[in-house]
Amino acid sequence: MAEPRRGEVGARELLSAADVTRTIARIAHQIIEKTAFGPGNTADLVLLGIPTRGAVLARRLAAAVTEFSGAAPAVGSVDITLYRDDLRRGPARALEDTAVPEGGIDGKLVVLVDDVLMSGRTVRAALDALRDEGRPRAVQLAVLIDRGHRELPVRADYVGKNVPTSRAERILVRLAETDEGDGVAIERGDGE
Amino acid sequence: MKHLLSVADLDAATATGLLDTASRLKETLLGREVRKLPTLRGRTVVTLFYEDSTRTRVSFEIAGKWMSADTINISAKGSSVSKGESLRDTSLTVSAMGADCVIMRHPASGAAHRVAGWQDKDAAVTGTHTSVINAGDGTHEHPTQALLDAATLRDELGAIAGRRIGIVGDVLHSRVARSNVLLLSTLGAEVVLVAPPTLLPTGVAEWPCRVSHSLDAELPALDAVMMLRVQAERMHGGFFPSAREYAIAYGLNENRLALLPEGAPVLHPGPMVRGMEIAPAVADSSNAKVLAQVRNGVHVRMAVLYHLLAGAPE
Repeated sequence: MAEPRRGEVGARELLSAADVTRTIARIAHQIIEKTAFGPGNTADLVLLGIPTRGAVLARRLAAAVTEFSGAAPAVGSVDITLYRDDLRRGPARALEDTAVPEGGIDGKLVVLVDDVLMSGRTVRAALDALRDEGRPRAVQLAVLIDRGHRELPVRADYVGKNVPTSRAERILVRLAETDEGDGVAIERGDGE
Repeated sequence: MKHLLSVADLDAATATGLLDTASRLKETLLGREVRKLPTLRGRTVVTLFYEDSTRTRVSFEIAGKWMSADTINISAKGSSVSKGESLRDTSLTVSAMGADCVIMRHPASGAAHRVAGWQDKDAAVTGTHTSVINAGDGTHEHPTQALLDAATLRDELGAIAGRRIGIVGDVLHSRVARSNVLLLSTLGAEVVLVAPPTLLPTGVAEWPCRVSHSLDAELPALDAVMMLRVQAERMHGGFFPSAREYAIAYGLNENRLALLPEGAPVLHPGPMVRGMEIAPAVADSSNAKVLAQVRNGVHVRMAVLYHLLAGAPE
């Protein structure tokens, strides 16, 4: 089945471009509050995005945290393709960018960043990848959209918006770096 | 991708995809505490070598292990081959034991193709597919060597398309040269073969490259040069008057290195015969990328195993 075009007619908008910016700002404030990140305490925090849109979000979150706290957190990306549990269900997938910031993740507070949280399998794969990368002090999870339907015991620490969905629906996240403009929409699909 | 037998089977997009995967794997493993990926857990990879090899076999073994595959090595010496078992029987025995992939090196050109044919026929009956990787067959092909050379050239030159690459020496006996000419031209490079007429195969005129007999005339316009080992073990006739004369006409010495554009990478598939095709001073210069090639070899072979074994069987 062909992937529907993002922003296709028939999709209902959940977040406008301004909402996306506001949501990222709110998550950035929550991260600062929860981690006590600031000019006096900068050594600790690493934002790691899951490609492709999670990596974009991580960079935006890092910029927002820098703006509000006055200190820049480390930011990078971690590709989870090699850790997926469904590799054998399709043709070999192309790998995405992994860029762990200098200084690594040992003893750090890592915030994983992704666009949509659903089954939790991506996060499970990311946790496995982190385990091979080093030993963080703690790992937290930030997502733009939590749409439910968890298949693993995974919970996000920072959620942009909770969206109750049916499994047949699709969440379409657009970010200017990878798509045309910002926005989040929901679309009725014809089932999985 | 079902098997990797020849670079002639790779189009530019597939080859570039393999190189991209290799460089992603390299950056993923860089500076890591645990250099192991779980991707091929539970898959079994067997190397079946009928010819001596250190770097290729070890490189494949490390690649398999870093992807968490179980790797097993068989060399013809000390196996049932010395009792008279045929290639067909040995290869089918290995796949019957559960090998998901057989990595083959054989002195006969076309051996890997034959084995792949037998495996496909067997798979049609048993329903269990075994991939075959050609790790060098006679004077025919060595696809993963060409891929690791391309990866090294891409790292060094930024791109391959539009670059002029010289391949110098014993082209006649070299599967590395044949695979490299095919792959580099597929990727858009201009390839120049430089060799004495006696060390060029018949039919070289149909290869996608230019042929020259003068190294000094070609060097100034090359972006990179690849020196081939003079394969004494495959030579049973007078291909050139003496080793000294060969070194004088076709060896890369310091004077010739100065003819190359500054910083131009010098590649060699190894093992190097110092003083023959490459002078010790050149082999130890900063132009020489021999160890970078070896490092890339592991990542390229991981990429090939990933593309053959990680996804659903076709």
